[in-house]
Amino acid sequence: MSETTGVEMRIIPDRLRSRLQRAMRSWEVLLVAVAVGVFTFNSLASPFFLDAWNLSDATFNFTEKAMIAFAMALLIIAGEIDLSVASIIALASTAMGAAVQLGFDTPALLLIGLGTGLLCGAFNGFLVTGLGLPSIVVTIGTLSLFRGIAYMVLGDQSYGGYPSSFAWFGQGYVWWVITVEMVIFAICAVVFWIVLHFTQFGRTVYAIGNNPTAALFSGIRVARVKFTLFLLTGLMSGLAAVCLTSRLASTRPSIALGWELEVVTMVVLGGVSILGGSGTIPGVVLAAIIMGMVTFGLGLLNVPGIVMSIFVGLLLISVIAIPRLLGLVKVRLT
Amino acid sequence: MNMLRSREAQLTLAIFALLALVAWRFPAFVAPGNLAAVFNDTSPLILLALGQTVVILTRCIDLSVAANLALTGMTAAIINVMFPGMPVPLIVAGAVVMGAALGAINGILVWKLTIPPIVVTLGTLTIFRGLVFVISDGQWINAHEMTDAFSALPRAEILGLPMLSWFAIAGFAAFVLLVRYTALGRSFYAVGGNPSAAVYAGISPGRTQFLAFVLSGAVAGLTGYLWVARYQVAYVDIAGGFELDVVAACVIGGISIAGGAGTILGALLGALFLGIVKNALPVVGISPFWQLAISGAAIVIAVIANGRAQRRAGRQILKRDGPKAEGAR
Repeated sequence: MSETTGVEMRIIPDRLRSRLQRAMRSWEVLLVAVAVGVFTFNSLASPFFLDAWNLSDATFNFTEKAMIAFAMALLIIAGEIDLSVASIIALASTAMGAAVQLGFDTPALLLIGLGTGLLCGAFNGFLVTGLGLPSIVVTIGTLSLFRGIAYMVLGDQSYGGYPSSFAWFGQGYVWWVITVEMVIFAICAVVFWIVLHFTQFGRTVYAIGNNPTAALFSGIRVARVKFTLFLLTGLMSGLAAVCLTSRLASTRPSIALGWELEVVTMVVLGGVSILGGSGTIPGVVLAAIIMGMVTFGLGLLNVPGIVMSIFVGLLLISVIAIPRLLGLVKVRLT
Repeated sequence: MNMLRSREAQLTLAIFALLALVAWRFPAFVAPGNLAAVFNDTSPLILLALGQTVVILTRCIDLSVAANLALTGMTAAIINVMFPGMPVPLIVAGAVVMGAALGAINGILVWKLTIPPIVVTLGTLTIFRGLVFVISDGQWINAHEMTDAFSALPRAEILGLPMLSWFAIAGFAAFVLLVRYTALGRSFYAVGGNPSAAVYAGISPGRTQFLAFVLSGAVAGLTGYLWVARYQVAYVDIAGGFELDVVAACVIGGISIAGGAGTILGALLGALFLGIVKNALPVVGISPFWQLAISGAAIVIAVIANGRAQRRAGRQILKRDGPKAEGAR
């Protein structure tokens, strides 16, 4: 592999390809083509696909996961990962459910949901950056721990009885078919796009992912940036918990089970290198839309959820494998 | 005093302390018969932890073991229902081969395409689990559909211990021998400890990791048969989330997630520790719903303890800094 050889000669072209040529070869353009393909296929395969209300419902397939995926993208670009996000949702949702039983109202519930997410993120961040532990194992541990606490509290019970004003986040419409979640998703997308691509903070995220040691020597507070990213991932998981709980109007400890896989798949499909250092927010947005449309289309064709998960797994592996396979072929040819 | 520094000694002490704590209120828990039952109950976890250990030793991780177990277990059950006359040893051999083949898929992707193991096995986890649904059509296979010979093997008693326990004991012995006295076993440590140095010593890190995955898969396949035959039921969600317990057992047993350090004995003790906790919970009257949180807390605490014991700067496992001299490949 070219990234590991080190001794291999680098071929540097005399002239860069034109801006248009480079844009045409980018991952995002490929994603747009895939999205158009999936959209066309779905609308031909099912007569119910091209309906404004159906499409609006379909967005629920990805909006909540995408909120987490934005933060996860930053985290993976910086060379870390958080597998506990789905469990943070479970814990935050349980905390909100418990608060409802104590008589708290919507604004307090929102704060409790986001606050729980922040606390979980801070816990992960402290273990990884404060104690210098590998994020994969730490978050596999907190994956069991956070959901485990939800199970300790709830057992086989569930929380319900959310105030009607709380339903606004997950069930509300801003205008016609535009849901509140869609608006939150769009705002998050823009904010993360600006943060990653147009701020100093965003540049430090890339720098850390490419070479943490070099980043440290150039004066970047690596640990602090990573800690912030874990906080951010926790916060976005809390936000997703608010939306999901509001949409389902109930809390079970098994809520959002297995979402960490779909979030990671979304990020990787969006062109973020799992090894860190590269990736874009527009890519993640496109990947979210594609995954939402694929699952919605399969749902219209009566494919059961667990079979859909096979597609998600295949998607995750093939998205990473295919470019490498092509790379292998190219190496053989030269 | 140095003896006490090792993770194995600390864990042994912890296990005895745990047993003493439970025995203080419920003496029946430490009766030999009950301890044997606890060991038997922990045997699948021990087997899987053995396979997981060699994978983690080579700086990888295999999250697909539980799904592999479910897929091979379900396949074994279906074959038993469709061909009741097929001899059980053949089914067991088939389960091992099938598990190894599923492990080889992980291994190939990690070896030839250098995809990070965590991503590969997260993907195959869902694919395998989904395939269980596809081949079984979501149906359960119950005790009355299985032949007696099929479900008798794990329960057959030799010297007072069920075969399931003997499989765990034999697996432990085999892995100790493998890891200590064979070239392959030593190369697991070499690759995990320093892949670049391993290359210069003539060991291919990718191939070694591939073999670790095959080994882990084979063990998962065997355990799949044992699991289904012992509980006499096969359904889509068998051993769901069990991979976390397996990783927990290894981490508690002192297997360094950064690779290259840890012993088979540690994995055994880690699995036993978790198994005793799991079996003691209902005895002391704690809801089984606490189990997930307890194993989560155990992982976190063990990772912190491991980190303190072997603090080394600049080790990042997401970024597998591959061997620098791979040009020769």
